Amino acid sequence: MTRLFASREALLAGVIALLLVLIAFRFPGFVTPANLASVFNDTAPLIILALAQMIVILTRCIDLSVAANLALTGMVAAMLNGMGVPLALILCGVVMLGAAMGAVNGLLVWKLDIPPIVVTLGTMTIYRGIIFLISDGKWINAHQMSDGFKALPRIAFLGLPMMSWIAIAITLGFAVLVGRTALGRSFFAVGGNPHAAVYTGINVGRTQFAAFVIAGAMAGLTGYLWVARYAVAYVDIAGGFELDVVAACVIGGVSIAGGMGSVGGAVLGALFLGIMKNALPVVGISPFWQLAISGAAIIIAVAFNARQGRAPGRIILKEAA
Amino acid sequence: MSILRKALTTAALASVLLAGAAQAETKRIALVVKALGIGFFEAAAKGAEEAAKELGDVEIIYTGPTDTTAEGQIEVINALIAQGVDAIAISANDPDAVAPALKKAMDRGITVISWDSGVAKDGRQMHLNPSSSPLIGNMIIKLAADNLPEGGEVAVLSATSTSTNQNTWIAEMNKVMGNYPGITVVGTVYGDDLADKSYREAQGLMQTYPNLKAIIAPTSVGIVAAAQAVTDAGKAGQINVTGLGLPSEMAGHVKSGASKSFAIWNPIDLGYAAATIAYNLSNGATAEAGGTIAMGRMGDVTLDDNLEGAMADPFVYDASNVDEFASIF
Repeated sequence: MTRLFASREALLAGVIALLLVLIAFRFPGFVTPANLASVFNDTAPLIILALAQMIVILTRCIDLSVAANLALTGMVAAMLNGMGVPLALILCGVVMLGAAMGAVNGLLVWKLDIPPIVVTLGTMTIYRGIIFLISDGKWINAHQMSDGFKALPRIAFLGLPMMSWIAIAITLGFAVLVGRTALGRSFFAVGGNPHAAVYTGINVGRTQFAAFVIAGAMAGLTGYLWVARYAVAYVDIAGGFELDVVAACVIGGVSIAGGMGSVGGAVLGALFLGIMKNALPVVGISPFWQLAISGAAIIIAVAFNARQGRAPGRIILKEAA
Repeated sequence: MSILRKALTTAALASVLLAGAAQAETKRIALVVKALGIGFFEAAAKGAEEAAKELGDVEIIYTGPTDTTAEGQIEVINALIAQGVDAIAISANDPDAVAPALKKAMDRGITVISWDSGVAKDGRQMHLNPSSSPLIGNMIIKLAADNLPEGGEVAVLSATSTSTNQNTWIAEMNKVMGNYPGITVVGTVYGDDLADKSYREAQGLMQTYPNLKAIIAPTSVGIVAAAQAVTDAGKAGQINVTGLGLPSEMAGHVKSGASKSFAIWNPIDLGYAAATIAYNLSNGATAEAGGTIAMGRMGDVTLDDNLEGAMADPFVYDASNVDEFASIF
């Protein structure tokens, strides 16, 4: 199992390297270390949310409300900043608010047994609606935010902005969570075979709830980072970003049917998409082709994963159930 | 109910007749807006008051529903008909839904014009657009060129590749490029009106064209994102971000130097022009295709076959006036 994962990640890393070589042919400036660092920094929110989405998908759920959660917590963060709340409190606040919104998703899935795609489709719209209610549809702009609020993601430390370091720290945190804790292992157990998981004493609903809460907290944190980085908050920020997040997971080899995936895969999937997004504007491809190329890359990556995903182990588990 | 309504109508008619006698003294012009409490329209009302002061014999009634619905506006229009106002200048929530009520008003001899957001042709005597596509197309390149006396490379950051407004403006811009020698448009990219994609596209422009001197973004999301990208790249002052944006959203970026100037319609001028046109039409001027109507200090408006006219070039905002307007809209 681990060897399969390792090879899949190696394959994706190879594809990314090939992609970089191809881009370098058309635009050599793209592969300079400084630019690669800026691409990584730009991809940081996608990495954080792809990891969050991964643990939700591992438990056979999906969270379509991450982008709306991000937008709402981002708006709240900007509003709190406008009221003069200190940054440390805002950071705690957004993580807790995000977790609370994730908990709403989790409770509906756990206690009412509603399919996660329906729950999060609903809460996605509700959260966007709440942004409109609290903001009155108005924007919060760069000059209405304090300098400290906007500066945190940009502070450079050892050559990388703080936003990149946060993404790295969260990646390490998820690696420990998924690989070294009972909760992390139960995500796999619940997704791989829920019935067997029950027999081993794992509460399936509560595990899914935990995944949603963690995903929500991450979306909340990203909400602050997003708003501080782009220095603007309004109803539609990160519109459609939930689909990028799911795409990053799928490209990274996280099985949409649950139970399979890895931290490295999700990060590489996010990086792949991030490189595509940053490279397309500079390689001089007509914007009319860019969407088609992004889409084709996703389908090719997924088709590849689907072929690789036919591991005999899974089929035996299915029959055992 | 119908008796009451009849009585009210009679009373209204009577008041119209009575008002007819007093007409020579003051014209009552109603400025009907999409909803009360919106900064843009409050500013337009300020402009209308300015017109009233200038004209002398005008009373402005600033009114509208509390939310942006056509039903609310119809109620307001009916109340204005009952009050027997001389003219109605409306920014409509729905071009067709308010037309019958406005037709009724015109039948009673009330002058009706629409401004900002238009009404179907048979529901008004003329429509005043804040600007026109050729004027906007010319303005966005002029804003870039004015700050580049020696010429240079500029790029366009648009909304989506299919958005009609932006494509029309860019096409109009390309038509007048000959008037700006030395300025070359090196590329057009699309930020899809998403802050993150626009930011990334602006970064891409800066990388692809190291000699880039200006980014023109004729979209309010794009101009803000591009200004932030330029600031983050440490190029504020070297690359000028310009285009169409709102003063409240751009104030910070003008201060940081990322944007020297940008444009959008001026709601004060718009309210002023609407009130003046309504006054002139009510005093005997006629609205006909190809004809012109005076707008006081804003000059004359020329009407097309659809009885629509464009007020003026978009208004330019820079460090000298952006703060004053940032509190308005």
